[in-house]
Amino acid sequence: MGYKSFDEINEKIRAGKAVVVTADEIIDIVEEKGLKQAAKEIDVVTTATFGPMCSSGMFINFGHSDPPIRMGKVWLNDVPAYAGIAAVDAYIGATELSETKGMEYGGAHVIEDLISGKDIKLYAESYGTDCYPLKEITTYINKNNINQAFMFNPRNAYQNYNAATNSSEKILYTYMGTLLPQMGNITYSTSGQLSPLLNDPNYRTIGIGTRVFIGGAQGYVAWEGTQHNPEQNRGENGVPVGSSGTLALIGDIKKMDRRFIRAAVYEKYGISMFVGIGIPIPVLDEEILKYTTVRDSEIFTNIYDYSVQKRSRPVIKKVSYAELRSGSVEINGKIISTAPMSSLKKAREIAELLKQQIRTGEFLLTQPVSNIPRENRMSSLDVRGESNEKD
Amino acid sequence: MKKIKVSLIYPAGDVSKPITYHLVRDFNLVINILHADISLNKMGKLVLDIEGEEQDIENGLKFVEEQGIKYKLFTKTIIWQEDDCIHCGACTAVCPSNALSMDKSDWSLTFDREKCLICELCVKSCPLNVMCVSI
Repeated sequence: MGYKSFDEINEKIRAGKAVVVTADEIIDIVEEKGLKQAAKEIDVVTTATFGPMCSSGMFINFGHSDPPIRMGKVWLNDVPAYAGIAAVDAYIGATELSETKGMEYGGAHVIEDLISGKDIKLYAESYGTDCYPLKEITTYINKNNINQAFMFNPRNAYQNYNAATNSSEKILYTYMGTLLPQMGNITYSTSGQLSPLLNDPNYRTIGIGTRVFIGGAQGYVAWEGTQHNPEQNRGENGVPVGSSGTLALIGDIKKMDRRFIRAAVYEKYGISMFVGIGIPIPVLDEEILKYTTVRDSEIFTNIYDYSVQKRSRPVIKKVSYAELRSGSVEINGKIISTAPMSSLKKAREIAELLKQQIRTGEFLLTQPVSNIPRENRMSSLDVRGESNEKD
Repeated sequence: MKKIKVSLIYPAGDVSKPITYHLVRDFNLVINILHADISLNKMGKLVLDIEGEEQDIENGLKFVEEQGIKYKLFTKTIIWQEDDCIHCGACTAVCPSNALSMDKSDWSLTFDREKCLICELCVKSCPLNVMCVSI
């Protein structure tokens, strides 16, 4: 079974001899050449996704002013950042709203503006200490005058996700877009057969320490993502049906490109951030290659009724991504239009770009230092207080 | 020749009037129905492209009014800032006329201005604010 090691593949990449194809291209190649031959010839398969990922944000170190300040509360362009860490460190979450502009502008916009090279207004307050006497500061920062700005996204690259519809009489505004009444539409959000974790469903090659393309820079898998749920129901092909595994990713904001990180506003829902992610899968053996040949017609998800405001929403129908991509799905005799929420065009651009970067030796592969868990069930939050109260 | 886009609002009970027939036969106008929400004994809405000589269009609209049917000319247009678009497709979920759709070959967004009803649903549903209205 075993053919190549990470080191051997990296040797070929360094020599400019690696054979790299995208997860779209591999399907026809394996069909033509057969699994055994293709596994010998192909070294790397690139995968990608470009979708809204709320669980994203940025750590930032501003550098010290004179006199210095122990920043207790921080705002960036009027968007609150969390400063309950060291003196001039802060974390700004993508979904945080501006205190003056509300849903028009938020943490994701601050991150996008910083990547674009714009000046960002920094305002911070403090109680003042012997070593940090300053109590207030207003200044402007940009990506060139701060020490570090790195993205740390607790949950990205969802391995599959729900599709959404709305059976109620009123329009719903959700993170799955605007859902029209009486099941007027269905929305879905993965890049299907091109999506990273759908091509490595058992996390054999993607683990902690895997080098990834994130937002145009080279970053890493830091951990399993929040709500990592590998024990989701799986099909016979091992592919989960519905939301399952997730990744926590890290990357240098200063090296990112606005083409691959974009702030998003969902009407009457809030702010999110489109994150462009590309992950290479090394073809170490036939089994790994086999998983990368998964097609949209073999990946299934459930359409949930988002009008039911409960943790467990009813499943309306199980569908394949091929059906969702066809433009309509039939439910009880009614033809309902489908619409994507993540950009397949941009995902393909990323998979292609990553392919080129590996071919030219710019992007080398890393062997995970540890696997992400294959066993982990997602917990829910039970309400135990007698009444709502904040101490 | 002139081309306008207009929506006709039918009061309940008036949907049986053959308005488009008369616009074509009596006023020599070329009619293209872009959107129709018409049922007997219910308020109705018809969105039309009307093409013809300026005077004929004017006379035709006067006739529509005389029939007790209100009309509203489309003066706005939807502008798609294509360079900034990421082609996610969120706008296609709400577009009632399929003016916005995904090109299945490369999954890019396509915008057919002829089909656009200027309902502005795409403006609100675009997460990147690349759809806007010009007045």
